[in-house]
Amino acid sequence: MYVATKGGERAIEAAHQWLAEARRGDPAVPELSIAQIREQMTLAVNRVMAEGSLYDPDLAALAIKQARGDLIEAIFLIRAYRTTLPRFGGALPVETDEMAVTRRISATFKDVPGGQVLGPTFDYTHRLLDFALMADGDAPQAARKPAETQPVPHILQLLDRDGLMEPLTQGEATPPDLTREPLEMPADRPLRLQALARGDEGFVLSMAYSTQRGYGRTHAFVGELRIGTCAVEMEIPELGFAVEIGEIELTECETVNQFTGSKTEPAQFTRGYGLVMGQSERKAISMSLVDRALRWDELGEENTGAPAQDAEFVLYHCDNIQATGFLEHIKLPHYVDFQSELELIRKLRRDAGAETCKEAAE
Amino acid sequence: MDHAEILAGGFDDPAAQSARAFRACLEAMARPGRIQPITGAAPPAPISPAAGAVLLTLVDTTTPLYLAPSQDTQATRQWIAFHCGAPIVPAEEAAFALGAWGALQPVSRFAIGTADYPDRAATLIVEMPGATPPSARLAGPGIETCHEACLPEIAAFAANRTQFPLGFDCYFSAGSQLWALPRSTNVEAL
Amino acid sequence: MSEAAYNFAYLDEATKRMIRRALLKGLAIPGYQVPFASREMPMPYGWGTGGVQVTAACLTPEDCLKVIDQGADDTTNAVSIRKFFERTAGVATTEHTAEASVIQTRHRIPEQALTEGQILVYQVPIPEPLRFLEPRESETRRMHALEEYGLMHVKLYEDIARHGAIATSYAYPVKVEGRYVMDPSPIPKFDNPKLGGNAAIQLFGAGREQRIYALPPYTQVVSLDFEDHPFEPSKADHDCDLCGAAQSYLDEVITDDRGGRMFICSDTDFCASRRADGLRGRLSPEEAA
Ligand SMILES: [Zn+2]
Repeated sequence: MYVATKGGERAIEAAHQWLAEARRGDPAVPELSIAQIREQMTLAVNRVMAEGSLYDPDLAALAIKQARGDLIEAIFLIRAYRTTLPRFGGALPVETDEMAVTRRISATFKDVPGGQVLGPTFDYTHRLLDFALMADGDAPQAARKPAETQPVPHILQLLDRDGLMEPLTQGEATPPDLTREPLEMPADRPLRLQALARGDEGFVLSMAYSTQRGYGRTHAFVGELRIGTCAVEMEIPELGFAVEIGEIELTECETVNQFTGSKTEPAQFTRGYGLVMGQSERKAISMSLVDRALRWDELGEENTGAPAQDAEFVLYHCDNIQATGFLEHIKLPHYVDFQSELELIRKLRRDAGAETCKEAAE
Repeated sequence: MDHAEILAGGFDDPAAQSARAFRACLEAMARPGRIQPITGAAPPAPISPAAGAVLLTLVDTTTPLYLAPSQDTQATRQWIAFHCGAPIVPAEEAAFALGAWGALQPVSRFAIGTADYPDRAATLIVEMPGATPPSARLAGPGIETCHEACLPEIAAFAANRTQFPLGFDCYFSAGSQLWALPRSTNVEAL
Repeated sequence: MSEAAYNFAYLDEATKRMIRRALLKGLAIPGYQVPFASREMPMPYGWGTGGVQVTAACLTPEDCLKVIDQGADDTTNAVSIRKFFERTAGVATTEHTAEASVIQTRHRIPEQALTEGQILVYQVPIPEPLRFLEPRESETRRMHALEEYGLMHVKLYEDIARHGAIATSYAYPVKVEGRYVMDPSPIPKFDNPKLGGNAAIQLFGAGREQRIYALPPYTQVVSLDFEDHPFEPSKADHDCDLCGAAQSYLDEVITDDRGGRMFICSDTDFCASRRADGLRGRLSPEEAA
């Protein structure tokens, strides 16, 4: 008897065994350790932490290993793990003013207090394959200078002082959390920023790129891009004060964009903002451009119908875990639906055929 | 009320007991007026075991609770603070409310949801002296033809029905018995 | 996965309370989609995360669970979800509709009539029946609030103008208690008549879209139609080739590359029970049973 779907249980088990074998690859090649992935695939680890919304380099490295290097699959593993973790409380907002920077650049000023710090960047490298990396070599050493001990001020504060920047508004309320509350439209800026920070790097990048090509153009300059570590502090009710519970690496981007202003109010630069866990500067810059584009309404700009101005469009489609799940679900059997479509199309054709015969007879 | 009493009366096995209690809540709300047994909680008087189980199952730090004067004692507040952690709020802000019917008046204070979000409405847990005698004939979703149930009055629920899809929803508790009246039910006096 | 590391039925208690509150509001407002803070589950969005969360919030240790996909208990995704609950909740499972207290389904309603005490949990991909007419959530929410369903009737009527019939064969929209237009999930329209007046509680979970909705027992559910084009549930014009059932929904199975095909019940338990009772179809001789 023909029933194609029988034996699902055995098939699943065998497929999973095969997957495990394929993941390991040639057993003659030494197995990757979590530490190797964490230390040598750092930017992949960072992306998994950022989009997985969980700062844990070891778990992110484990997820990458388990996912055979498929980063969206790794992000999914981290998200599914994260959601089961108990919540002990919320940290205080991190002070990026106090960041110990490893990289800090501004495209708007040649020199700035605190200096430009290039840090470990691909910028200005020639993208030539380095075949020397195919052989084992000694660990490279970079020249060092003593770490900056003074906090490095935010560059946009300098413009702020002259009243050239739109002022920052201090929100009072605790920002909403889309991992605990269903996404609701219209979404305010903190919620949009949270969604973008977890959003797919490729999606956010393409949205940002579209604004540069004229779909919701915002004339952005990178006012400042900084990467470094920040202390995370938490109020402990029993103690009555905040204690440092750890440090995380962050990438922050602030863009300077074209003006607001009117006949009565003097022109001011506007802002876009991006903040991402780990070293993820492509994502942080993209996020700040999309953030700025989404602010058209509050800044009194025209909605040109650009995709990046459409908060519903951007927020409902930026999550790669939602997207990949729904996309891939069309692999699941749909034969009941398809059968009903088959019957319908046969009926419609039968009815149409009857019409045609009738007409021909007449 | 000493510390031990505050700590007592919750679910010993929260996952399993709250699952069973929820099924009673679900069946009650799905079949208006039908009495469901619900057990596992031993709250301080004057909260009934049934109402206590509903609190343990549905109420927590994210659901503001209104305690009507009839149920508002130091002991009940402490028990709720320890077992549920719900913030105690005025009637207008409550997601849940607990009290005898008279003490909950006027019920027009409670949230009935909005046209966009009718679910943002209060759930009242009404402490009753008993589940009998039946006083109302119910009809509507969840009821095949009609069902008789004990309600504290008729007019308020008939008025609530006219606001559908807005309106508050009610649980009634007496001892270990629970029954419910969602906003969708038509109510008439027997 | 280490089972001991997770709570009964996987979800933590705070998450279950949140889902349970949404379910109760769903029952109180039949057909209305309640937003809920859907969690990331260990299976992908679109693969039943909404149904799984609803089932997890409803299960008690005493329950007996049945999981079907396309009407069948042994389709891979049904197997995977059933295993998930065997491991995380330790509940009994069954393939027999009548034995189950909770049934999670994708795309079908079992043939055998459900009874009081049973809960049917649907996996829903797109809960918004108006979504393909209006992609914006902010707009569709307004339309439901104002009971503004004209667009839906226009769409159905355009179908009639173009094809001579309503060209929707599954996920066929219904109106609940004369108020909310509801998506019944992608069940074939053949199943629509079983939505209304059902003795069981019907719960709908859409994980990715973060919506829960419900039909209490015996709720009035009407498939949208027009006086001159009344709703017709339809199925393949055959009997089951295995059990001979004339009134069950059939899958068409291609048996060779010369146009050979057979029709079999999509509800595997229904078909197997009939065969166990000695009923036979065209291609199922006595000895082959
Ligand atoms: Zn059959």
